[in-house]
Amino acid sequence: MVRHTRLSGLEPLVLTPELLFINVGERTNVTGSAQFKKLIKEERYDEAVEVARQQVENGAQVIDINMDEGLIDSEAAMTRFVNLISSEPDIARVPFMIDSSKWTVIEAGLRCLQGKGIVNSISMKEGEAQFLEHARKVQQYGAAAVVMAFDEQGQADTCARKVDICTRAHELLTRELDFRPEDIIFDPNIFAIATGIEEHNNYAVDFIEATRELKRRFPDCHISGGVSNVSFSFRGNNVVREAIHSVFLYHAIRAGMDMGIVNAGALTIMDDIDPALRERVEDVVLNRREDATERLLEIADNYRGKRGAAVVETLAWREQPVRARLSHALVHGIDQYVVEDTEEARQLSTRPLDVIEGPLMDGMNVVGDLFGAGKMFLPQVVKSARVMKKAVAYLLPYIEEEKLRTGETSKNNGKIIMATVKGDVHDIGKNIVGVVLRCNNFEVIDLGVMVPAQKILEAAIAENADMIGLSGLITPSLEEMSQVAREMQRQNFHIPLLIGGATTSRAHTALKIEPHYKAGTVWVKDASRAVGVAQSLVSKELVEDFLTKVRADYADVRERHRNRGPGKQLVSLAKARAQPFRCDWAAYQPPQPQAPGLSVFDDYDLATLRPYIDWTPFFQTWELAGHYPAILTDAVVGRQASELFQDAQAMLERIIAERWLTARAVIGFWPAAGVGDDVEVYSLLPSAEGKLLATLHSLRQQADKPPERPNLCLADFIAPKEFNKPDWIGGFAVTAGIGIEPHLARFEADYDDYSAILLKALADRLAEAFAEHLHERVRREFWGYAPDEALDNDALVAEQYRGIRPAPGYPACPDHTEKTTLFALLDATAHTGITLTEGFAMYPAAAVSGWYYAHPDSQYFVVGRIGKDQVEDYARRKGWTLAEAERWLSSQLDYDPE
Amino acid sequence: MKTLPWLHPERVALLEQALRQRILILDGGMGTMLQGHELDESGFRGERFAHGHDGHAHAHEHPGGCDLKGNNDLLTLTQPAIIRGVHDAYLDAGADLIETNTFNSTRVSQADYQLQHLAHELNLAGARVARAACDAMSAKTPQQPRFVIGVLGPTSRTASLSPDVNDPGYRNITFVELVDNYTESASGLIDGGADVIMVETIFDTLNAKAALYALSELFHQRGARLPLMISGTITDRSGRTLSGQTAEAFYYSVRHARPLSVGFNCALGAEDLRPHLQTLANLAESYVSTHPNAGLPNAFGEYDETPEHMAGTIGGFARDGLLNLVGGCCGTTPAHIRAIAEAVRGVAPRALPAADQAEAA
Repeated sequence: MVRHTRLSGLEPLVLTPELLFINVGERTNVTGSAQFKKLIKEERYDEAVEVARQQVENGAQVIDINMDEGLIDSEAAMTRFVNLISSEPDIARVPFMIDSSKWTVIEAGLRCLQGKGIVNSISMKEGEAQFLEHARKVQQYGAAAVVMAFDEQGQADTCARKVDICTRAHELLTRELDFRPEDIIFDPNIFAIATGIEEHNNYAVDFIEATRELKRRFPDCHISGGVSNVSFSFRGNNVVREAIHSVFLYHAIRAGMDMGIVNAGALTIMDDIDPALRERVEDVVLNRREDATERLLEIADNYRGKRGAAVVETLAWREQPVRARLSHALVHGIDQYVVEDTEEARQLSTRPLDVIEGPLMDGMNVVGDLFGAGKMFLPQVVKSARVMKKAVAYLLPYIEEEKLRTGETSKNNGKIIMATVKGDVHDIGKNIVGVVLRCNNFEVIDLGVMVPAQKILEAAIAENADMIGLSGLITPSLEEMSQVAREMQRQNFHIPLLIGGATTSRAHTALKIEPHYKAGTVWVKDASRAVGVAQSLVSKELVEDFLTKVRADYADVRERHRNRGPGKQLVSLAKARAQPFRCDWAAYQPPQPQAPGLSVFDDYDLATLRPYIDWTPFFQTWELAGHYPAILTDAVVGRQASELFQDAQAMLERIIAERWLTARAVIGFWPAAGVGDDVEVYSLLPSAEGKLLATLHSLRQQADKPPERPNLCLADFIAPKEFNKPDWIGGFAVTAGIGIEPHLARFEADYDDYSAILLKALADRLAEAFAEHLHERVRREFWGYAPDEALDNDALVAEQYRGIRPAPGYPACPDHTEKTTLFALLDATAHTGITLTEGFAMYPAAAVSGWYYAHPDSQYFVVGRIGKDQVEDYARRKGWTLAEAERWLSSQLDYDPE
Repeated sequence: MKTLPWLHPERVALLEQALRQRILILDGGMGTMLQGHELDESGFRGERFAHGHDGHAHAHEHPGGCDLKGNNDLLTLTQPAIIRGVHDAYLDAGADLIETNTFNSTRVSQADYQLQHLAHELNLAGARVARAACDAMSAKTPQQPRFVIGVLGPTSRTASLSPDVNDPGYRNITFVELVDNYTESASGLIDGGADVIMVETIFDTLNAKAALYALSELFHQRGARLPLMISGTITDRSGRTLSGQTAEAFYYSVRHARPLSVGFNCALGAEDLRPHLQTLANLAESYVSTHPNAGLPNAFGEYDETPEHMAGTIGGFARDGLLNLVGGCCGTTPAHIRAIAEAVRGVAPRALPAADQAEAA
C-alpha cells in the first residue's frame, strides 16, 4: 500500500500519484532570481510578497524560499518573509519549502511555519551524526525533507553514486530514526549539460537513470531537483532553456521524478516546441550523439528572443483598436492576449463594468449570433467562453472595488441555478449549457452533481434565481426530476423549471414532470436551444405566450398518450414467455472460460486503448452531427470537427504521456443456469453444483410479434437449469476516470471550461474503448471462445462478434438496480475504485459495467414497454413492492401507475 | 528506531485497553463550575496572596500589584478544596479522564497577572490535585481506572498572527519563547503525575507546534514519554482555525507528534463541529476526541444547551463511529457529562484504521 506524503499550508496537499508532478515555485529564491534578490536586499518586502503570490497564481503547488546571500542577514530575512507571506491567505494556502544551505536559516524558517512544510535540504556532507541530528529536528518541527545526494566526499555526479548515497541516507533515516519514508524527497543533483566539457554530457542521463532506480527501490519516497540548473549554459536564451527544461522533465518524469523546482509560469508543452529544436535538445538531454552540443549551438541563436512555438497565425489583428481585438479574440477563442487587452479597455472606460457591457458583450453577441445562425459550433463557443471568463476574472476585483464605492452592480439577463440531480454524476451536457448561457450574459450558478432537491431549492431562494435547470443522464434521474418538481410546487415556487439531459424527452417531461409543477416546466432539447428558452422565460413580453404555448403542447402530448391506439397492444407475460428465444440446448456445448473467477486490471495502459476509441459519440457530445471519420470533411461542420479532433488528439497525447488518468477494471466469470427469466449464478467451488451466489433478474419483451420472432429476455441466452449444462456468465466494470479531479480543478481554476469538458468527454471515450478492448480480450483469451477473432475497429463498433456485453440500465436490461448485484459479484468498488450513487450512477462518470454472454446467437435488443403483469412478477422476484418496481421501471411502463 | 519508552507503561496499558473497549469520557468545563462559587478578589487571593503578590521577591517589583480575580488557575494554590471538588464532581459524573486546572498556567499568560514566576508551581500543583482525585476514585471503582490529563493551553499570544494590522510581519511572541514557556509548564505537569499531556484549544497551529516541540525535547531529555492528546479549535462556521487552517491541514500539521488522539474542542457547539470531526475520523491514524461547548453563547454570553440536547447530538456522533473520547468545554457541567456518558454507553468506539488503510485514506 502506498503511503502518501501529507503536507499543509492553510490547506492540505496530499501527494497522490494522480498529481503526477508537484511544481515548486522557484522565483522566491535569491540565488535563482536576480529580481527577488534585489527586492530583499533593498527590503522591498511588499513587492517580494507579490512574487510569491504570482508563483501560487501560476500554479506553484509549493513555494521554495531561499535567502542565501552574503550581504543579507539570511535568518532575519527568512523570518520576516515567511511571517509576511503567512499572513496572506492566497499564498499561505500552499505548503512552503524552506531552502538554505545553512541549518540556522532553515530553523528560522521552520519556526514560522504552522503547516507541514519541506526542508531543502539535509545531507551527509558533514557526516552521519550531523545528518541524523538535523533529521531529528526536522521531525520535531513537523516537516518533510529534501535529502541531497551529497556525502563527505562531495556531491554525487554519476548514477551509481547518486543511488548509493540516497540509499544510505534512506537507511539511516528509517533505521536510526523513525522518519516516515514518504517524507523523504531525494534530490539526486541536476547539473548543467552542454557546457562544452565532455564529462558533463551525461549529467541529465545520470539524473534520469538514478531517478528510475531510486523510485524502484523506494516507491514511497519522492524525487525532486532544481530544474533550471540543467540549462545553465544557455543563460540569456530563454526559448532554448525552456525547451531543455521541457524535454528534461518529460524524460525525468517518466523515470519517476515527481517534484521539481520550476518557474511555474514558464513551462513549454513538449508538443509546442519547434520540431527542429526539439530533436537537437533531445540529443543533448539524452546524450544521444557526440556532436549534440555543437548542433544545438548551431541553431540556438535562431531562437533568441522568440517563443518556442512556430508562429503560424498572422498577427495582423493585433494592429487593430482594442475593441476590435477583443471581439476577434472572443470570436476566435484566443486567450493569449486577453488580459492585456482587457486592461487597455478598462483604462479607456469610465467604469470597469463598461468593458463587460461594452466590448466584451458585443463580442459575445457576435458569437451568439454566429452560433444561432449555425455558422459557429459548440466547441468554438466554449473556447470563446474561456476567453470571456478570463477577461471577467481579470475585471472582477475592479468591479468589486467600484461596487463598494457606488453600490452599482452589473446587469445580466437573468440568473439560473443548474444542477445534476441527486444520484447522478453526469455533467458534460449541463456544463456545456452553462457555458452557452454564460456567453449570453446569464448568471449561471452551477451546484455540481448529485445535488439533493432541497439544496437546489435553497440555492434558488438564496440567490433569488429566475429559473432552475435540472440535468441527468441515467433513467432514475427522471424520477428524481419529477420529485424536484413536486417539491417546488409544495414549497410554492413561481420560477420556471428547465429539464435537460440525454434520457429526458418532451414526452417524459409532459407526462411525468410538468403536471406536478404549475409555474412552468420546459424541456430543453440541447445546448443550442437553451439560450432561446432562457431568453423567452426572462422576457416580460415573451414569457406568457411562450409558456402558454409550451403548456398547450404538453397537454397535447398527454392527450395523444391517453388516446394511443390499440395497435401497440402488448401481449401477456405468459404469452411472451411461451415464445422465447429457442435453442437446441441438449446439443449445445457452452464454452468454458480460460480464466474463471475474477481478474483485476490495475493501471491499464491507455495507449493500448487509444485505437479502440469510437469517435462518433465524441462529436455528438459537442452537438456536431455526423459519423467519424466522414464528419472531418463534412461540408457544414467539417472544419469545426477537424479543429475539435485536433485538440482532442493533443490532449489525448498528454493524458497518455503524463498519465493524467488511470484505467482500472475487473472482470469475472461464474457458473450460471437459466431459471425462467432469471439467471442463477454459482460459486466456482467447492461442490460440483456450487453455492448460489446471486440471482440476476431480466425483463422480457412483450411486444406482439409474429411466431418466428421471439420475445427476447437476456436469461434466454443461458442454458436452462433442467438441461444441466455447465454454462457461464461474465461481468465487468471498467473506468478510465481515476485521477481526473485535479486536472479538472486545474482547468476550472484557469477558467478553461473548454479543456475541462474536452477532458471529461475523452475520459468517457477511453472508458468505452476500455470496455470494447476488454470484451475483445475476453472473447480471445479470458473466456477464450473466439481465440482467432480478428476484427478491425469498424467491425467492433458494428458489433460483428460473438457474444454481447449488455449494461444494466440500458435497453436489454433497463433496471439500473441490478448493478448492485454486478458490483457485489465483482467486488467492483474495491477492485476499481468505481462507486455507485444512490441512483445507481457510477462514479467516476467515465465508467462502464455490464454482463458478458457468450451464446453464439445472443444479441442486443430493446426490452421496450412492459405490462403490469410483468411488473408485478418482477416485483415479486426482486422482493419489491409494486410501487418500488414501478418507480425503478418507470420509463418502461406501458400503463400509468396509481 | 527507537521510539522512547513510556514513562508510566502500566498506566498507558490501562488507558489503551479502555480505549479499545469503549468511548472514554472526558470532564467538562472548569470555569462554569468555579463561577458557581462566586469568589471575590480576596477569595482568589486566599491567604498566600492576601497582602501582595507573593512571599517571593518578585512581589516587591510590583508594589501596586493587580487584580487576581479571574485567574482561575491560581485557585489550585489558593482554594485547592474547590478545585478538588470540581474534579470529584466530574469523576462522580462518570469521567474517565479529568483535565488539570492549568489552561493558563504558562509564563506568558500568568504575566498578565504578574505571576509569571508561578508557572512551574501551578502546573505541578494542578497535576497533583487531579492525581489525588483520580487515585481516590480509581480506588473506589477499580474496574474503571481514572486518568489525569495535564493541560497545556494556547497562551494569550499567537505566533503566526500579527497583532498589528499595519504590520503583518510583526509577532508579539516567537516560537522559541513559546517552546521555553511550554517546557517549563509541561515539566510541572509531568512531575505532578499527569498520565497524558493534552495540547488543547489550539487557535494557532504554530503555538501548538511549539508545545509539541517542547514536549518532544523534554521526553528526549528524560528518556521516556507520555501519550499526547491534541485538540484544535475551529473558531467559527468558516470551518477554519483562527490561524486559517482547514481541519485536514491542521491534522497534517500536528500528525508528526504521533498523538494518542486528535480532536476539536471549544468555540462551537457539537452540531457545528460534526463535519470537522468527520474529517478527522476519516483521516486520523490516532483516536479521535471532542469536547465541544454547550452550544453557542446566547445574547448574554452564556452557554445554555441542555445536557439532554448536547448528549442527544453526541450520541449521534458516537453511533456514526466518529468518537473515541468525548467530554465538554465551556458551559458544560457534571450534568452534561453524566448525560453524555449515558448517551454513549454501549456504543462501540471508532475503530482505529489499520496502518495501511489510514495511509490510503
